[in-house]
Amino acid sequence: MEGLIHFGYTLLSMLRDVLPIAVILFGFQILVLRRRINNPTRVAMGMVLVLLGLTLFLEGLEMALFPLGRLMAEQLTAPEFIYASPAGAGGAVQWLDYMWVYVFAGAIGFATTVAEPALLAVAIKANQVSGGTITVRGLRYAVALGVAVGVALGVFRIVTGTPIHWYIISGYIVVIIQTAIAPKLIIPLAYDSGGVTTSTVTVPLVAALGLGLAETIPGRSPILDGFGLIAFASLFPIMTVMAYAQLGEWKSRRLKRRNEE
Amino acid sequence: MHPADNPLVSHPRKAGPLKVFFSKLRKVAEPLTESALALLPIVLVIGFFQLAVLRQPIPNLGQMLWGATLVLLGLALFVRGLQMALFPIGEEMAYNFVRKGNLWWLLIFAFTLGFGTTAAEPALIAIANEAARIASSGQVIGNSVDEQSSYALGLRLTVALAVGFALVIGVFRILKGWPVQYLIIGGYLGVVIMTFFAPPEIIGIAYDSGGVTTSTVTVPLVAALGIGLAHTIHGRDPLIDGFGLIAFASLTPMMFVMAYGMIY
Repeated sequence: MEGLIHFGYTLLSMLRDVLPIAVILFGFQILVLRRRINNPTRVAMGMVLVLLGLTLFLEGLEMALFPLGRLMAEQLTAPEFIYASPAGAGGAVQWLDYMWVYVFAGAIGFATTVAEPALLAVAIKANQVSGGTITVRGLRYAVALGVAVGVALGVFRIVTGTPIHWYIISGYIVVIIQTAIAPKLIIPLAYDSGGVTTSTVTVPLVAALGLGLAETIPGRSPILDGFGLIAFASLFPIMTVMAYAQLGEWKSRRLKRRNEE
Repeated sequence: MHPADNPLVSHPRKAGPLKVFFSKLRKVAEPLTESALALLPIVLVIGFFQLAVLRQPIPNLGQMLWGATLVLLGLALFVRGLQMALFPIGEEMAYNFVRKGNLWWLLIFAFTLGFGTTAAEPALIAIANEAARIASSGQVIGNSVDEQSSYALGLRLTVALAVGFALVIGVFRILKGWPVQYLIIGGYLGVVIMTFFAPPEIIGIAYDSGGVTTSTVTVPLVAALGIGLAHTIHGRDPLIDGFGLIAFASLTPMMFVMAYGMIY
């Protein structure tokens, strides 16, 4: 019974998110475009499926994985766990003592991104538009790898307390260089994948990790250092997606050369 | 021999009930296996860290399994809904706007979509409230609840404005066929320059606000809109010109939020 009430609550909050979008869409369709939507029953059914699907998805995550994931982020950043390592026992904690935190950050960044519904949507679209050359799974894994690197590096930044903008600016420089050499077709998609990575699944877990760390580490303030992980998670996928395309191009070129020989 | 009697020609209509059942089963099972594959890494990571690193048992195994089932089902339904509603409606509207031939209505639509969906975004509301707390503890604004909530509201509207603006620029760029990278790199330069002038407390939030603006329902819709426009307008390539709207929507909030921090 309690679960049912919770489910209803999640469904309502989902409905509140979708309602403005629906109002804008149908408002313009009816008042400005003055056209009937093709197949309105199908579209309405689809909307219901989106709503129901996202609600079930979030509800399931909240039941199964989020509590444990958040607890884990707290436990891994808790002083008892970090000081338990042999090097940390002496007093001053070195950045290497946080090894498990980096591994966890990278792994959870990767794992949550693979499950991100918005990324799945973009990957499906990219697959259709590219005529199959970009695979749904390939793109998702490339983006997830970028998020993994980004979150791990972002955690390293919180541990060392270095200013965020130097990382972001260096990241931009790498992106600009890659833009010049990557296949032209992938560039818009790569830039887009930076923005889609962080929504329903990734943000709650990654934010818990960042805030937990910033609270535990002496000298860090949650307000100055707790933010910024999401920015890292949106920057690095741009690089990995371009690299994914470069790799694909390189492979096909090598194959072509081998066939010519 | 009548073609229907030819045993060498397979007739899909005459498939037995078992075969129909299996093909239906596959239709249901395929998206479920896809979502299982999507969920698998999270399960592995959490399981590994719980058992091997933290050395603790998994609590509430039954509840976890039930939750995982809901996640699988939810993701499969979402993908089905995408293909039935969000993708077709985004593309259809792009097509209708181009047919109507009125640039202004298209730009107004782009702005409304960006502004309207972002202003109500729950992740943004959370971040804006957090930012207001920070600003008041840093003595940028007063301590009262009124001042904090007006700061948070201002921030939310700033980000919403930024996303509306981003979609306008992005749609305009698709119409003109400008390459996305010059605009984005120009935006990066803007972000870098502004970083040196913005108050340090706002920088982390500004950078993060770029990532939280695009929700799970908005992303597919905006992607379909861009691709639909690129499909409909002569001479545009859906891959090169159709993507890129989301990139703008995650870039402009950074600049707008830093500007907000500077003005305040």
